[in-house]
Amino acid sequence: MSELQSTSPMIEARALTRHFTSRKQTVEAVRGLDLTVERGELVALLGPNGAGKSTTLRMLTTLIPPTSGTATVAGYDVGRDPREVRRRIGYIGQGNGAGHNQRARDELVSQGLAYGLDRNTARDRAVELAASLGLAELADRKVSTLSGGQRRRLDIAMGLIHGPELLFLDEPSTGLDPQNRANLQEHVVALRERFGTTVVLTTHYLDEADSLAERVVVVDHGTVVADDTPDRLKAVHASDRVVLGFRDHADAACAVRRVATAHPRAAVRHDGTHVYVEMGGGTFAVPALLADLAATGTPTVSVEVARPTLDDVFLNLTGRSLREGTGTDQSTPSETEEVVAA
Amino acid sequence: MSTLTLTRPERVGHPLRDTAIVLGRELKPVLRDPFSVVFSMIQPLFFLALFAPLLSGVTGLGAGSSLQWFVPGIVVMSCLFGASMTGSNLLMEMQTGSHERTLVSPLSRSSLLLGRALKEIVPVVVQAVIVVAVVAPTSFEVHPLGILVGLLMLSVFCVGLGSLSYALALAAKGQDWIFWTVQQTFLFPVLLLAGMLLPIDGGPEWLRTLSKANPLTYIVDAMRGLFAGTYDVGQLLAGTVAALVVCALGLAVGLRSMRAAD
Repeated sequence: MSELQSTSPMIEARALTRHFTSRKQTVEAVRGLDLTVERGELVALLGPNGAGKSTTLRMLTTLIPPTSGTATVAGYDVGRDPREVRRRIGYIGQGNGAGHNQRARDELVSQGLAYGLDRNTARDRAVELAASLGLAELADRKVSTLSGGQRRRLDIAMGLIHGPELLFLDEPSTGLDPQNRANLQEHVVALRERFGTTVVLTTHYLDEADSLAERVVVVDHGTVVADDTPDRLKAVHASDRVVLGFRDHADAACAVRRVATAHPRAAVRHDGTHVYVEMGGGTFAVPALLADLAATGTPTVSVEVARPTLDDVFLNLTGRSLREGTGTDQSTPSETEEVVAA
Repeated sequence: MSTLTLTRPERVGHPLRDTAIVLGRELKPVLRDPFSVVFSMIQPLFFLALFAPLLSGVTGLGAGSSLQWFVPGIVVMSCLFGASMTGSNLLMEMQTGSHERTLVSPLSRSSLLLGRALKEIVPVVVQAVIVVAVVAPTSFEVHPLGILVGLLMLSVFCVGLGSLSYALALAAKGQDWIFWTVQQTFLFPVLLLAGMLLPIDGGPEWLRTLSKANPLTYIVDAMRGLFAGTYDVGQLLAGTVAALVVCALGLAVGLRSMRAAD
């Protein structure tokens, strides 16, 4: 590998755009998306279904060509040198990569051969990966007899058989129970620590993006609307929610004015015996606020401070809650159909 | 490990190696579970047991016994069923995500089709061997050379037909009903018009004309000659040309469909 390739970013997408045409209607799934991922980063693309995450991933993995724009992945252009890109990346899609009538070990070996490993290396890698993913006893089983979690682990093993420098995971946790989800996240983290693999994953699970990724790229309507660490996203794009309880209605009414004066930029509202405050840095402001309210004769009887979540970030950035989108999975199959046609 | 030390660049994307990998992968379930394959080939035996006896009174079956006439047809028929349905395996892999995974791999697009299509030769041979083994003790005369040449011709045809079936699966974009509707609509006219179950010669003029437009007719006729140990050059040539035409057409359409996935 040349000097240039090993120091240049792992992914560099510029004005990446993809249109789908179905029933004479053009859908702009991705609109001029820019994304740079450095070597060794762990990045989550977060967004509701239909936001363009999967379409972006499909372009970066050479599954579909961009309508316009360019993308360089692992040092090669996805349009000009798709095979060089494919050699260097691992891809774990939304479905199951292993054929149902195949045996687990056979699929691992076939996958290794497909990536240019010789037969012995492929066999050794299959044994090694099956052991590290807890599949050793299942290696001779038919894929159709494996459970969902076991198949997912097999997918991961297949994605890693050639030791890729860059690993893509498309909605890796969808359909997994919490235990298997945690298990998968552990594997992704371990992979990175051991081999420095660059990881790009899409997810619509907020907790997953929050706990796993150092960098969250929020995608909506086919473009990047925010790109930062989860903590900074929360600090910049969402506020803490403080709920103060008072003895009676009158105290609360007095307090509301006091809080609004002390924090002119906070959103303050009063309902019955409670005052609701939305403010940045709420955890730090609350002690002084409580002391001030006690000193002015309206002491609080209860206090609650809620830290913002990525959902709040998303809500503030797009005006929609990410959670509303989780039930609608229609966008993905139609994209898949287009992929076949493309 | 993270810098491609495992792979050898010169190995990646070599068309022949890739085709061998895809073919090898397709054959693995067969090798692991030979009995499941044998069971799936039980259908022609039912035709032999329950349909062939009805032919004893039928005229136009040629000089030999009715089995001598019927067996080549039944061998072609079971291959026609198998090869035309083979796209359903790809259809399933498209639905599970397995096909997508191979599209992201560096395997060449052509090899994804060629390796699969070449696999169709295996059921051709296995089914023929089973059928011939079953009828060998009867009035059926075994002509090994003729059978060998006939199976070669049939293999060429099945590679083409299998390719068409894969192209259909790709065109159906993973939707079962489209695949099966088209496959069934195509299968039965081709099957009946080739004169596999009953001779066409006694049929009306229009049916005989349609039969002459069916490439499979020439393959079935050539197979009958070969299985009987008669080597009619004209018949052999017509069958070979028909098989080659179907093969070339199938591969052209199949490769085009698979490359379009790029």
